[in-house]
Amino acid sequence: MFGLDKKDTRLLILVAILVALAPFLLNPFPEGSAMAQFNAGYPDLMQRFVIFGIFAIGFNILFGLTGYLSFGHAAFLGVGSYAAIWMMKLLTMNVIPAIFVSVIVAGIFSLAVGWISLRRSGIYFSILTLAFAQMSYSLAYSVLTPITGGETGLQPKVNDPRVLDGALAEGATPKANLFGLEMGSSFEWSVGGWLFTFNAGYYLAAVVMLIAFYMSIRIFRSPFGMMLRAVKSNQQRLNYTGLNAKPYTLAAFVISGMYAGLAGGLMVAMDTQVGAERMFWTASGEVVLMSILGGVGTLIGPVLGAGAIKYMENILSKINKEILHQWFAFMPDGIEDILVSLVYPFIGKGWHLTLGIIFMLVVIFLPGGLVEGGQRVARLFKRKKPAEDGPDGKTTPAE
Amino acid sequence: MSKTNLTRRGVLKTGAVAGAGFAAPTIFTAQSAAAFTNEPTGSSVTLGFNVPQTGPYADEGADELRAYELAVEHLNGGGDGGLMNTFSSKALQGNGILGKKVEYVTGDTQTKSDAARASARSMIEKDGAVMITGGSSSGVAVAVQALCQEAGVIFMAGLTHSNDTTGKDKKANGFRHFFNSYMSGAALAPILANNYGTDRKAYHLTADYNWGYTTEEAVRTSTEAMGWETVAAVKTPLTQTDFSSYIAPVLQSGADVLVLNHYGGNMVNSLTNAVQFGLRDKLVNNKNFEIVVPLYSRLMAKGAGANVKGIFGSTNWHWSLQDEGSKAFVKSFGTKYGFPPSQAAHTCYVQALLYADAVERAGSFNPCAVGEALKDFQFDGMGNGPTLYRGEDHQCFKDVLVVKGKENPTSEFDLLEIVEVTPVEQVTYDASIFGGELGSCNPGA
Repeated sequence: MFGLDKKDTRLLILVAILVALAPFLLNPFPEGSAMAQFNAGYPDLMQRFVIFGIFAIGFNILFGLTGYLSFGHAAFLGVGSYAAIWMMKLLTMNVIPAIFVSVIVAGIFSLAVGWISLRRSGIYFSILTLAFAQMSYSLAYSVLTPITGGETGLQPKVNDPRVLDGALAEGATPKANLFGLEMGSSFEWSVGGWLFTFNAGYYLAAVVMLIAFYMSIRIFRSPFGMMLRAVKSNQQRLNYTGLNAKPYTLAAFVISGMYAGLAGGLMVAMDTQVGAERMFWTASGEVVLMSILGGVGTLIGPVLGAGAIKYMENILSKINKEILHQWFAFMPDGIEDILVSLVYPFIGKGWHLTLGIIFMLVVIFLPGGLVEGGQRVARLFKRKKPAEDGPDGKTTPAE
Repeated sequence: MSKTNLTRRGVLKTGAVAGAGFAAPTIFTAQSAAAFTNEPTGSSVTLGFNVPQTGPYADEGADELRAYELAVEHLNGGGDGGLMNTFSSKALQGNGILGKKVEYVTGDTQTKSDAARASARSMIEKDGAVMITGGSSSGVAVAVQALCQEAGVIFMAGLTHSNDTTGKDKKANGFRHFFNSYMSGAALAPILANNYGTDRKAYHLTADYNWGYTTEEAVRTSTEAMGWETVAAVKTPLTQTDFSSYIAPVLQSGADVLVLNHYGGNMVNSLTNAVQFGLRDKLVNNKNFEIVVPLYSRLMAKGAGANVKGIFGSTNWHWSLQDEGSKAFVKSFGTKYGFPPSQAAHTCYVQALLYADAVERAGSFNPCAVGEALKDFQFDGMGNGPTLYRGEDHQCFKDVLVVKGKENPTSEFDLLEIVEVTPVEQVTYDASIFGGELGSCNPGA
């Protein structure tokens, strides 16, 4: 289907089903129960899952296929976001032009950055991209304050021009919409103790993510993708055969920059605000973590990694001491206090610590990321068949 | 292979059952009846405390969280009642808010707008918070305030000093108790003129972001009105940790006052550098060289140590104030945590109480009703003397403290002494000077 082989079609359909049913899958615990703390099925987090999924898929096209480790991808995300918010301020609150322009602008910017950075490879390339990203961040934070809003960022204001939109009703605030359908609008369905939220913005982002995912499969399976893998496995050998690798790597860099811009544009479409922190180097590092945690060079890995990190950032960080005491309330007082003080460093503000530990465990025991973990589990259940290799497009070095 | 028998009767039956199944639960959906976002229907109400728990302002954030926990305890009738006893409005009974027990959720802003908004949205969408409060930087405050306006909940700003929060970025659903850059400038200028004379030459070092700009502008305007001259204003990167290269040119410039428009770690480093360079022992234009820090906090004074001695600045509140409200707050905070509260803790505690009181007086959690109750609300007994919540921009107007680094501190908390309490008339300004649209309140839903 769609020019994919059977295995890839199955993967795409599986992802589509997961994404469509996310409001159910992420809300397994009834409202008001003690476990409701772990529910992730609210619009903001679901949107973040798919948006950062797009970001990571794009990053993986560069890092997973060519092996070029960019440490400045957040800059493209930020540039895309700024482009999108300006579209909303100047043209219309409809998200289509915003998303479209964010991809274009991020593409142009990544062409410029890639043109310079790709003159070097390895660590020098990483440092160059990091330098560009930090430069963009500093510019956005202070020097370019008139266009970026500096520290306070940009938001649509009531008195922005918005030439394509009609005048706002008295007292109304500008809201991002898709031909009138507001991104923030949700349909809530409560069954028994459960409350499922179906959010318009989430489904828009989910559709875009599926398209992005499909395109990434096509790139992975194309001759172009094969060239990129060749770059990763041995660029010198490629050069000796008379091929110039630069156009291929630059194309991959620009494509992944456009993916980042798309993610940035979607972030603005879901939540109409941009701040310069979005371009900070830790944000660039985060997408590297997502890819590695999920599985570099695999199709679904980066999406899983993005989900895992965003889940921890949003769910673990909100557990506080009070909630721990409720959980362990059934224990005798002394033991309760000991348990709480044992768990406390890993939740709330300690979520970074938990993330770090999980990251270490994954890198040490599952070098292929969460995807490898899944494969190992799957292999346990069908031990009889010989393990198939390379279902995920992972490459093995040529030598 | 399973065999499917499609009969007309079978299809109709399944259709009817499925239809009923889908329709039944929606009858019980409470959301459709709600008049505003997250209307509390049970026996409790949830507030969202969104403070920086990691990042550069984690100290302030931790103190804010302590204050909020204390406020919740007092609202629910626990502890000694704190400021509820001295507060001029007596609507709060200590039985929660409108009889509903106060519960809270916490989040980490990381001092990043994106993270702060993500955390605030999860409080609104997932936990059903009806009010969001906290924060320790203006960027975050402006971002979260806009979010709350869109979502239809009240935002009670925490520590945010930039003019923008209630200036060009003000919102009908947002309220600020903390003072701002303009007030700092207006309060400091007369004290500076009295102590250092009216013919000084000032050199500004300004943190290169919005808060720095508004503070520099405020101090410049008010000191120049006193007759001072501004020799130069140099912007320093926010991430700078060594200011030596910025301090060296100060002496060549012929300036005799250095104004450090820095906050937090920036201020600690720049002040330390300036003192190490011996600026304060210099004699320029036959006058002693002086240093001024427009926004002071106890936590910063602690970081800079002995270097703050004798240096002027302004602050929103200080625990050594001797009015009934301040004493009551310091006592209940000290009893619970063992040390005096910072100004961040004070403003957050007061904001939580002001919100609860406004809900009681309005008789509803509806953001529009609460906004109406807070509008032009006059109160006293919260530690800052008589205070007005101005309706035009949702900014509190109250006395501003001018403080000075203490020469002989008696403890690690006793670092600042109050030089003067600048009366509110002197720091009041016209609401329209910063531009911006307040808009109208949004109850959401």
